[in-house]
Amino acid sequence: MKVMVPVKRVVDPNAKVRVKPDGSGVDLSNLKMSINPFDEIAVEEAVRLKEKGLVSEIVCVSVGPPRAEEAIRSSLALGADRGILVGFQGELEPLAVAKILKAIALEEAPNLIILGKQAIDYDCDQTGQMLAALLGWPQGTFASKVVVEGSAVIVTREVDGGHQTVKLNMPAIITTDLRLNEPRFAALPAIMQAKKKPVVKKSVDAFGIDTAARLEILKMAEPAARKGGVKVKTTQELVEKLKMEAGVL
Amino acid sequence: MTTLLLAEHDNTHLKEATAKALTAAGQLGGDVHLLVAGSRCRSVAEEAAKLDGVAKVLLADAPPYEHFLPECVAELLKSLAGSYDALVAPSTANGRNIMPRLAALLDVMQVSDMMKVVGPDTFERPVFAGNVIETVRSRDAKKVFTVRTTAFQAAGNGGTASIEALEPIADPGTSSFLSEELIKSDRPELATAKIIISGGRALQSQENFTKYIAPIADQLHAAMGASRAAVDAGFAPNDWQVGQTGKIVAPELYIAVGISGAIQHLAGMKDSKVIVAINKDADAPIFAIADYGIVGDLYQILPELSSELTKNGH
Repeated sequence: MKVMVPVKRVVDPNAKVRVKPDGSGVDLSNLKMSINPFDEIAVEEAVRLKEKGLVSEIVCVSVGPPRAEEAIRSSLALGADRGILVGFQGELEPLAVAKILKAIALEEAPNLIILGKQAIDYDCDQTGQMLAALLGWPQGTFASKVVVEGSAVIVTREVDGGHQTVKLNMPAIITTDLRLNEPRFAALPAIMQAKKKPVVKKSVDAFGIDTAARLEILKMAEPAARKGGVKVKTTQELVEKLKMEAGVL
Repeated sequence: MTTLLLAEHDNTHLKEATAKALTAAGQLGGDVHLLVAGSRCRSVAEEAAKLDGVAKVLLADAPPYEHFLPECVAELLKSLAGSYDALVAPSTANGRNIMPRLAALLDVMQVSDMMKVVGPDTFERPVFAGNVIETVRSRDAKKVFTVRTTAFQAAGNGGTASIEALEPIADPGTSSFLSEELIKSDRPELATAKIIISGGRALQSQENFTKYIAPIADQLHAAMGASRAAVDAGFAPNDWQVGQTGKIVAPELYIAVGISGAIQHLAGMKDSKVIVAINKDADAPIFAIADYGIVGDLYQILPELSSELTKNGH
């Protein structure tokens, strides 16, 4: 069985993003970048399936600038086998990314595609569902447990109010939630070894896909900042203020 | 201009998220039709017909829709899309699961978590954990979006829309429902509660959530929430998580207990009307956005707060 894991290089979750003074976008220069945390969980899940002997090969794919290769190398260090980097300068929308991933999925013919439920930069939560639609495959989004059972995969999903478990015929798409697993730390030998694993570079143009933005970004702005209030000394004072001043009790 | 809104429900009752998304859908101008897809869910359609601003309710009542499997519901929406200029759902787990699938079937780029209608094709949405608001104009002829429900008031009740039954479409048969475990609780739902009390890693255990947080939640008829750290540590169930990658909430009162205020947590609650922070670290970032803060040991403060609330008749 073969697994494909799309990964994205994003701004580090702890970095403070600033809007450019002219509101045309965000300034990410000099900020720490890393593999999208949900995608790292996706790689870890694929590696665990491989360690169980269920998966023979893990292919990582990233669409982005040359430095997106870093996200692929991180995945290879966790245990993925090879990478595909589709070069593109700028920010592609999930629909365009899903179309590129579809083309690669048709070439690679994986049984499962596992990816993060959302990238923590643009928070769209779309790519997996869109890819599933374009391929006509079933989808198990927000997964907290994945069990392969013959030609099907049983996915437990985090939903409002609890969990839902569904059975998907493979090939299928899974998007990962936080509780699916805790990714391992790549040891130094694994990082060194990852440098030698093959990464094939392709150009977006080779796919003949229209990648023009459908959503024109008119403006980016920081939301109105919330002012800090007062510190109170006692719970008596707190309840009094919540009643009399804030009027919420 | 006609908009189709996918209703959020549990086959018995309509969820408030629908009434909030309806307000957003109405701001596009034109008629709004509401699609109730489920199984044995006529009562939901009847509730939906009473919402202010609904011109018509479409009822797709068939077994494949019972568990809102996206493979079925997205196909149903696609079959209806020809008559609509916009297709909308609240940003619930179901909406987020189904709508991007529909968008790709229609070759449309979805606007996720829409928080403001600026014009018929221009919207605001949060990015980078809500630290940036982007204004986008959709070039797609049809619009598909999910609505951040905390940004809109719920529509009222006073409508008398007609209910039209739809023929179900074929189940593609690639997925099936096996089971669900929904947490039963007498407390209000996190997404719609007027008051929320959330605990962080400082609570140290599930027992302490029950011992220290639950009594105050009961006194205030509040929902209980948790930080990602507390959920990851197993102190609280996953659907209590408030934050960028959990639930987005905006209650009248949010009480953060032992939560330091990581960016990703603030992303989920900073639009609350009044925020109270209880933390032993006076420099915790949560105090920078809290209206009222108490610096101190939560194990001492929470019992005191509980008896103070009792004194005040709660």
